[in-house]
Amino acid sequence: MRVAYWPGCVSRGFTPELHGSMAKVAPLLDIELVELNRGNCCGAGVIAEHNQELADTLNARTFALAQQTDGVMMMNICSTCQGSQSECQQRLDANSEYRNRINDTLRSDGLRYEKGVVNKNFLWVLVEDIGLDQLKTMVKRPLQDLKVGPFYGCYIVRPRDRLGIGSDAPRDRYLQQLIEALGGTVIDYAGAYKCCGFPIITMNKDASLKQAGTHLGDALDADADCLVTPCPLCHLNLDLQQPLAERVVGRDLGLPVLHLPQLVGLALGLDPKELGMARHVVKPTSVIDWSESVVASV
Amino acid sequence: MPEFTLKIRRFLPESGEAAYWQDYTVDLEGHRSVLEGILTAKADQDGTIGIRCSCRAAICGSCGVRINGRAALACKTHLEEALEGSESEDGEIVVEPMGNMPVIKDLIVDMDAVHWKKIQRVTPWLLPEGDPPEREYVVPHEAMVDVTQSMACIQCGACVSDCLSMEVDPDFIGPAALAKAYRFVGDPRDGQHSERLNDLAEDPAGIYDCTHCFNCIEACPKGVAPMNQIMRLRRAAGDDYEINDRNNGNRHERAFTSLIRDNGLLWEAELLPRSYGGDSFFGKFAPAAGLELVDSLPSITRAVLRRKVTPMGALKPHKIPKEDLAQVQQIYEKIESQDDRFELNLYIVGEEVEGDTEVAVETEGSSA
Repeated sequence: MRVAYWPGCVSRGFTPELHGSMAKVAPLLDIELVELNRGNCCGAGVIAEHNQELADTLNARTFALAQQTDGVMMMNICSTCQGSQSECQQRLDANSEYRNRINDTLRSDGLRYEKGVVNKNFLWVLVEDIGLDQLKTMVKRPLQDLKVGPFYGCYIVRPRDRLGIGSDAPRDRYLQQLIEALGGTVIDYAGAYKCCGFPIITMNKDASLKQAGTHLGDALDADADCLVTPCPLCHLNLDLQQPLAERVVGRDLGLPVLHLPQLVGLALGLDPKELGMARHVVKPTSVIDWSESVVASV
Repeated sequence: MPEFTLKIRRFLPESGEAAYWQDYTVDLEGHRSVLEGILTAKADQDGTIGIRCSCRAAICGSCGVRINGRAALACKTHLEEALEGSESEDGEIVVEPMGNMPVIKDLIVDMDAVHWKKIQRVTPWLLPEGDPPEREYVVPHEAMVDVTQSMACIQCGACVSDCLSMEVDPDFIGPAALAKAYRFVGDPRDGQHSERLNDLAEDPAGIYDCTHCFNCIEACPKGVAPMNQIMRLRRAAGDDYEINDRNNGNRHERAFTSLIRDNGLLWEAELLPRSYGGDSFFGKFAPAAGLELVDSLPSITRAVLRRKVTPMGALKPHKIPKEDLAQVQQIYEKIESQDDRFELNLYIVGEEVEGDTEVAVETEGSSA
């Protein structure tokens, strides 16, 4: 399956292990990534906060580039990209006059957005296009006895109607379904659908880190070995900022946080190191020990 | 008639007893509301259940509760719909009091202590300037349409209940009150726009304390989308009134927006210092940026040690190709040079109905 692949900014910036692990995992899943390296930042909601039309036009540009490829859809690996882009797409698709206005701006570059681009996060692709049954057959190292807490990121679960979440597509349960399909144990804890706090890290650092620290603590109390997230921005607050979050919530945490492709990669038999897990701020010792013990037992 | 089991959280603070769960099974048709379920249980089984309600038609905003963990109006939620959203294995519909507010009894929360205090905080009345006109105020139609969404609020407190910022920072003015603030900031008759915006931008618990989690949009039963109103307040504060707030809100937005204009992609290493020190290359040398750097050293050191961030990566932005960057900059130029920001509000204009033309063609064909 060929997809127009939008890696986003942070996966090539402060979480290079995300982009890297996606590149390792894709061929194992028979996903061919046509990278949209001409695409621009989705604006992460911040550009829309400054000027909605600017954000919509910038994303229409990326959509138009995706539509020029022969990919069957556009795929992203970031909850925030998914949410910001879906928000812009909702406006673009809802109103032809508005779409024409935006396309007018793109015209001089020979670009045009046609209504209805299919833009899916890797998580949705795994469940809806590859299928969990198919995925189960590819698992080489079941995540047996690995207790994983799902952490979605706001942008991929709300608002439900915009993101196409419903009883026929329970996209807000996909992480749990995936963890189980890979053989792991799902940890049910309070923070799975809450905000990591990242968007206000520069505005109210204490409140921001209190959110991250609380969710990490709740997951630990529920006996999680690690969290998994499809959002690199959540990863920044949960992993990169974890030493600071410990200070705010007044407890030791040390909970590893995996990117989604890393968790999939582990189950598909890839080595933790080649999945970039050595690059996390919180050493994923529990996960690596687990994976070594599994390898040793095979 | 089908049976529904309501699992209701019972709590009477002055009793000194801990909160507990109690199940009530009611025989009602699925299209009847959760409120009717609660009232039926109260009438037939247990008169001590505490619930506040009045209109039963999603107008008065009295019966806000949490159903299966999410804030909603009990009168606007069908039993069958609530059952579908149930995560309990036994198919129980879990009904709790709203969050972020103290419980008075069972499903009744103290709206005065939180919600109404916050509404009062934003001066929720018109502050006109100068003498009143001889007859009525004349207001452009578009201006009033613009504030209709924030005016649709029925003060039920559902957004306050589920606000994730307020959960960690109870001082946060919050979604309902800030949506109410936009109602006056967007009203041309009000003469205190600048004062209102200055107040809300400079308050550490104001517009920049919203974490953009969409929970209030999801919770609101009337489509007010409070978070969107907060973002409109930010646009007005930052761009119309150029308020350079002490919370780094506007600096962050400007730094972000100009980094994308200059590189096409985000340069995180530059975003943080500029958010504190100002939107230029020299921002990182400002004292505020220095202080922040020192404060964040535990994270930065570990990120460098773990080769998550390399010094080269931090010093050099990743950019999109030159021709593409030129396209991005052209987009910026065109849109930023417009006199007015253009905002499409789907609450007001609605979504186009699919396939109007096709239906017309079909009808023609079938009649032929």
